[in-house]
Amino acid sequence: MSDIGIRVFGNQLAITIRVVARHRVAAVIATLVLLPWVVPYEALSVNILLFGLYAVGFNLVYGYTGLLSFGHAAFFGVGAYACGIAVATFDVNWLLAIALGTIVAGFVAMIMGGLAIRTRGIYFAMVTLALAQCVYYILYQWTDLTGGENGLRGVSVQAVNILGLELNLLDPMTKYYVMLVFVALALWIFSRILESPFGAVLEAIRENEKRARACGYDTLRTKWLAFVLSGMFCGLAGALYAIHLSIVPIETANYTMSGQAVMMALLGGMGTFFGPFIGAAAYLLLEDVLTLWTEHWQFFVGALFVFFVLFFPRGIWGSLLHWVQR
Amino acid sequence: MSGDAILGETVLSANGVGMKFDGFRALANVTLDIRKGDLTAIIGPNGAGKSTFFNILSGAFPPSEGRIVFEGRDITGRRQHEFARLGIAKSFQITNVFPQLTATENVRIAVQAMKIRYDIWTPRCRLTEYVAKAVELLNLVGLHRNRERRAENLAHGEQRALEIAMALASDPRLLLLDEPTAGMSPEETMMMMNLITKLAEDRTVVLVEHKMKLVMGISDRIIVLHHGELLADGAPGDIRANDEVRRVYLGQTG
Repeated sequence: MSDIGIRVFGNQLAITIRVVARHRVAAVIATLVLLPWVVPYEALSVNILLFGLYAVGFNLVYGYTGLLSFGHAAFFGVGAYACGIAVATFDVNWLLAIALGTIVAGFVAMIMGGLAIRTRGIYFAMVTLALAQCVYYILYQWTDLTGGENGLRGVSVQAVNILGLELNLLDPMTKYYVMLVFVALALWIFSRILESPFGAVLEAIRENEKRARACGYDTLRTKWLAFVLSGMFCGLAGALYAIHLSIVPIETANYTMSGQAVMMALLGGMGTFFGPFIGAAAYLLLEDVLTLWTEHWQFFVGALFVFFVLFFPRGIWGSLLHWVQR
Repeated sequence: MSGDAILGETVLSANGVGMKFDGFRALANVTLDIRKGDLTAIIGPNGAGKSTFFNILSGAFPPSEGRIVFEGRDITGRRQHEFARLGIAKSFQITNVFPQLTATENVRIAVQAMKIRYDIWTPRCRLTEYVAKAVELLNLVGLHRNRERRAENLAHGEQRALEIAMALASDPRLLLLDEPTAGMSPEETMMMMNLITKLAEDRTVVLVEHKMKLVMGISDRIIVLHHGELLADGAPGDIRANDEVRRVYLGQTG
């Protein structure tokens, strides 16, 4: 009897996964709408939302194009600082500040990508890491503009007006759903990119770059464009993060942030649409639970990461997808 | 086999082409014209410089000396994707496809390369004309029945045929094939040779081949390379009768 139960459950699960995979944007957004009702507190759900978007952006170059970048903290950090400085120092409208964070991050990605894209594999990882460190030190040293070590303070966006609707961002739930509007829009755009002919070229490059070149694609320019788009998604995540925290800690641009993107994408499933969110949720929930009873939580997160790389290299969502497609 | 193409019109010419790798001379002073409509075979024993020459013709790397002229335009030093866009397509010696994508998707990507490269907005499913062209090409190479299978699940001979379909996607005015029968069973080799003969009816084809016997029957013209130099150039009958070629190929004196 229980055996049948398990089988029925398995079939149901398989059907659910297939439906989610087919209607990926709707499924992710629906999940995110429900998220604050299942996660213990709102700050954590905002974190999952924003780090999820960050990991999605990273996944464009890592999972879909096959480039391992270790420098995405630069885009998250620059997005956060550009938006934060615009709001705190220049009193710019918050919507404009978010757009600014996205664009400036894209601009930094253009420069970093332009320098790094010719290198491959481990060299690409190292060059992006080194360039991101340069960005970190600029943010760290430019104390007048960024607040340096102490971080940038006073990024306060409390009440916003969207189409005549007064919203109070101090209310955590309101804040979450306002952020979700941006994330949902970004995910829709992201999905369009993946479905476009350009997305097909990215897949082709991941599969066989040499062949893509022989077909007539300028693979350097294609990878560069993917890198810039990826940087913009990460920059948007950073800009929203600045508004979420009301401050920008210098850690947003730290190299450990680049590592987090890799971990989240890998945990969830690289090259899948839903994976980065699952990875971000798993990582942050684990951190949240583990910090309650040990200060050495990173040890356990690290162990889990190694476990996944060794036994489930497709990640949580990637393994489930593989299981239903087998 | 030349069909009704205008004989004598030059599609591509190599002028004094040479290549050095770290002091090693792989190719020296090769000058020749590829004529429109011909099926030209480049043959030679191992280490003769065939692959080096092929790579230079297809734009994989530029020659260290000499010029490559395609349809009257000097294209020496251009990057590989530019060669492809100009109308020179190649198939690889080692099977080179997109393994995780279906046969149709493989060819569709190759078709798309000539028209749209940076469109990040149009949904892929609207590219029906490209899919139609991909299916037509798969038909031509005899893969229509396997078009929805992933490339990695195709047999070796089928993957090679798929690669040729991808090379044809750009409607190339010069088709370069690098040892298309390498690693094939005798049956697969037969089928491939028939396919090449069919393709050459209305196309300009250059074929690099190690086995002389294979190309004798189907080529209009044969070029023999030896130690990186042009040894002989002529109709199959002349090449067969050429003493020097026989000596090189048979590795015997006299």
